[in-house]
Amino acid sequence: MNECIIAIACLGGIGLILAVILYFVSKKFAVEADSRIDEIAEILPKANCGGCGYPGCKGFAEACVKANSLVGKNCPVGGASTMAKVAQILGLEASDVKPQIAVVRCQGDCTHRTRTNHYDGAKKCALASDIYGGETDCSYGCLGYGDCVEACLFDAISIDPSTLLPIVDETRCTSCGACVKACPKQLIELRPKGPESRRIYVSCINKDKGPVARKACNVACIGCGICVKKCSFDAITVANHLAYIDPEKCTLCHECVEACPQHSIVALHFSNSTELC
Amino acid sequence: MLKTFRIGGIHPPENKLSAGQAIRKIELPAQVVIPLSQHLGAPAKAIVAKGDEVKVGTLLAEANGFVSASISSPVSGKITKIDTVIDSSGYAKPAIFIEVIGDEWLPEIDRSSDLKRECTLSSNEILEKIKAAGLVGMGGAAFPTHVKLVPPPDFKAEILIINGVECEPYLTADHQLMLEKSEEILVGVTLLMKVLNVTQAVIGIEANKPDAIKLLTEKATAYPGIQIQGLKMCYPQGGEKQLIEAITGKQVAPGTLPISTGAVVQNISTAFAVYEAVQKNKPLIERVITVTGKDIVTPSNLLVRLGTPMRALLEACGGIPPNIGKLIAGGPMMGRSLTNFDTPITKGSSGILAFNETESLRQPIENCIRCAKCIGVCPIGLEPYLISIVADQNDWEELERLHVMECIECGCCQFTCPAHRPLLDFCRLGKSKVGALLRQRAAKK
Amino acid sequence: MLHISSSPHIHSGDSISRNMYGVLIALCPALLVGFATFGLGALIVTATSISCCLLFEWLLVKYLFKSQKQTLGDGSALLTGVLLAMNLPSNLPMWIIILGSLFAIAVVKMSFGGLGCNLFNPALAARVFLLISFPVQMTSWPKPLQLTQYVDAETGATPLALMKAAAKGGDMEGMLAQTKHIWDYFLGFNMGGSMGEASALALLIGLVYLLWRRIITWHIPVSIFVGAAGFSGILHIMAPNTYASPLMHLFTGGLMLGAIFMATDYVTSPMTHKGQLIYGVMIGFLTILIRSFGAYPEGVSFAILIMNAFTPLINMYCKPKRFGSQEAAKV
Repeated sequence: MNECIIAIACLGGIGLILAVILYFVSKKFAVEADSRIDEIAEILPKANCGGCGYPGCKGFAEACVKANSLVGKNCPVGGASTMAKVAQILGLEASDVKPQIAVVRCQGDCTHRTRTNHYDGAKKCALASDIYGGETDCSYGCLGYGDCVEACLFDAISIDPSTLLPIVDETRCTSCGACVKACPKQLIELRPKGPESRRIYVSCINKDKGPVARKACNVACIGCGICVKKCSFDAITVANHLAYIDPEKCTLCHECVEACPQHSIVALHFSNSTELC
Repeated sequence: MLKTFRIGGIHPPENKLSAGQAIRKIELPAQVVIPLSQHLGAPAKAIVAKGDEVKVGTLLAEANGFVSASISSPVSGKITKIDTVIDSSGYAKPAIFIEVIGDEWLPEIDRSSDLKRECTLSSNEILEKIKAAGLVGMGGAAFPTHVKLVPPPDFKAEILIINGVECEPYLTADHQLMLEKSEEILVGVTLLMKVLNVTQAVIGIEANKPDAIKLLTEKATAYPGIQIQGLKMCYPQGGEKQLIEAITGKQVAPGTLPISTGAVVQNISTAFAVYEAVQKNKPLIERVITVTGKDIVTPSNLLVRLGTPMRALLEACGGIPPNIGKLIAGGPMMGRSLTNFDTPITKGSSGILAFNETESLRQPIENCIRCAKCIGVCPIGLEPYLISIVADQNDWEELERLHVMECIECGCCQFTCPAHRPLLDFCRLGKSKVGALLRQRAAKK
Repeated sequence: MLHISSSPHIHSGDSISRNMYGVLIALCPALLVGFATFGLGALIVTATSISCCLLFEWLLVKYLFKSQKQTLGDGSALLTGVLLAMNLPSNLPMWIIILGSLFAIAVVKMSFGGLGCNLFNPALAARVFLLISFPVQMTSWPKPLQLTQYVDAETGATPLALMKAAAKGGDMEGMLAQTKHIWDYFLGFNMGGSMGEASALALLIGLVYLLWRRIITWHIPVSIFVGAAGFSGILHIMAPNTYASPLMHLFTGGLMLGAIFMATDYVTSPMTHKGQLIYGVMIGFLTILIRSFGAYPEGVSFAILIMNAFTPLINMYCKPKRFGSQEAAKV
């Protein structure tokens, strides 16, 4: 019994002394920091994905506190609701940022693009694009080895086994931009999600001349310019034999989609949509 | 006594199937395609247009910048278009398409085969002729020769090393050239010595070419300052840094140019091209190429005009093998595999290698078993297994610390790896990413 | 259709299985001596160990890793099975062997990620696990030449046990009188101990084969011998009646087996020659330390496992010599 009491007393005493030491040390070496940084870091999603452009959620919190306004600062994972809370803590106005989503600009699956060779190297997009244009005659198209899938921290992009092209899961995509950086062909773009998730975009980045592009893939954009003529809002431009729809000007009127002779323009989540993949 | 480099190296099977085959010309093709980027540095700028008529030797494109080279027409005919072609880089690049009509040469080109030993031109004049001829390193790197022959301000050339090694398996073009044009090569070497203002030149030849070593040693007695050095058989004996170490004993410090050791290295085919350019006024318009492979009917060494499609060369050697699985431009260790048979021959093309289906495919990749064989064979003393794992994880800063930029892409590591890991693929990826990082950093400063 | 990949387009033909099967061939002389000395027991232990290792690896790859591709073909599980068997007494009950195989494959190898990812040598770690869990069964070594006995074989003292007693008691000469002549240990006739301890000669034949096939280099085995002989030599000179001679140490116990087959395992040994020499010398030193001053008569397993833990550190500090590094240092 005595041994028990002595043991408890010793350990308790040591614990007490250490606690006191720790208390004084934490006071002496405390780092002066704005308490709002921790407050904001608490309400952020803590995914540390870097989608905001800052190093981790703590970095974003620090940047918000240091800046005078929230213009240009957006947490794509937390979205508008999180930014509203941040604005409240700081007493600033939340900037109005439209939600964005990753868009894969390629429709070249095996029914559209003919395979002309067989790639036998290590199956990584970065490696394959380093040595040549790919297994088809379109050297701009998706390689399908999934570097984008590996880069995504939210499991929001995966390779569709039937088409071997990436598909984006809208419920999970946070538009952090990791897949955009990972794709060596640069065919993933962050575009506004659109009202009710409706968006229209040119699903091709082939800059070869029209006949060459069409021979390689039968849904390639040939830069014919018909869509430019049809668009009454000046939203479409053609450069380097490739059309591009400006998402700020596009009103989702749908005219270009039907007009495109190559069916390169994709319209998502419309009632009679032209989703091909 | 045979010399060699100290670190690493492998001994792949030689397979010199076309050894001893005399160099022969082939029929001119119906069309040649001349890519504007056949050398390291900025692509040349075309000075001809659609419809122009050209003769052999007509200047097609000018050097565009300090590190660049001009391109002369290898055929006579009419320019049909200036378009793009998929060259050995795997991507479409701008090129000049010429329809071949006849075989008319510019009058100033001396087409005789008499040996011309004497040269009364000054070093600068020789250099100008080399530049005008559009000469580039013909070992495969294709660095513009006139740039290499002028050392940067703080460096001085002390020795000229001629690379007659041809350490890649299968290739025999340089070997055959040494046997058939030995004196012309020695004159070319003398001209290079004059430009560099050096009194010592060493021609390094691998020990598997005893006839070339014997012949050149005999002939070199008539040319002061030129020595022949036999080298041990080991890949990559012909790598610039390894060759300099074997011949001079000095290792090029990482991050510095080879000229810092006082050595300037030129390929032996380039030395021959220098002879033709300076003594015969002939620009670089044709070269010797080995066409080889176990299923090629007649493995040969062909003298081919630049711009000829690979298809024509294969047809001149018995046709495209029916079970061909891979078409390689260059040797099996560093060559590039091609997507189609119409890729044109360029200044740096040293060979065409046809592999059948079985030879073409890689084995499945397994886990790294840390056997350290890759470390044992790396001639630069790097750690390929670690570089490949770190590159797979996209950690570019760590890759820089692992000295990935010093990799010479020889392929010894991947050749040796028992787990068939794509070590060189990841090294290359690491080099391109770290290179971009370094350029970004330099730009910020 | 043409195939595309980046260079190099040829390969040496080497493969993981070629290396593993090469090691197995090198083990054959020692295995045969083991069978000849311990008979039925050795056969049963080896067969059980091999089949359990193969079975457990197959099950784990299929159901835990859920991989389509089985890894049994690479020969590493087979090799682990054989090496484990060579470390065990030939009268060990089957259920202990099964447990040992499970530990080796599941805990030491697969839980770290499979081939190439393990930190410790699976066969050795399993042996140590069995030694500390079942000390009695693992130290009751059967006497040699009981060819038809298995679990009921008669047991006796091994040379190492005698050397340990001498180290504690100080009567080396008396102890040595009970052991055989040094050449018997070298040649391996009628040797007690585990199968792998039987014949130094058979193991050395294996070493020559491995060196000839270039599966291993001389650095690790030689540095272990030097480290062990050096330290034991110093001790023996200081107190010949307490500490056995270097040759005794080299030819008895698992030092030969450990130096040639266990410490040279690719996955757990350092990558550069400099690192390997440091690793080997330390293993030799630690072995003699444990044998002379430690609680256990056999120290090789512990020594190798301890140095396995240091391998990543050795790899970090012993980098290969880079081309031009001398030139760079001058600048």
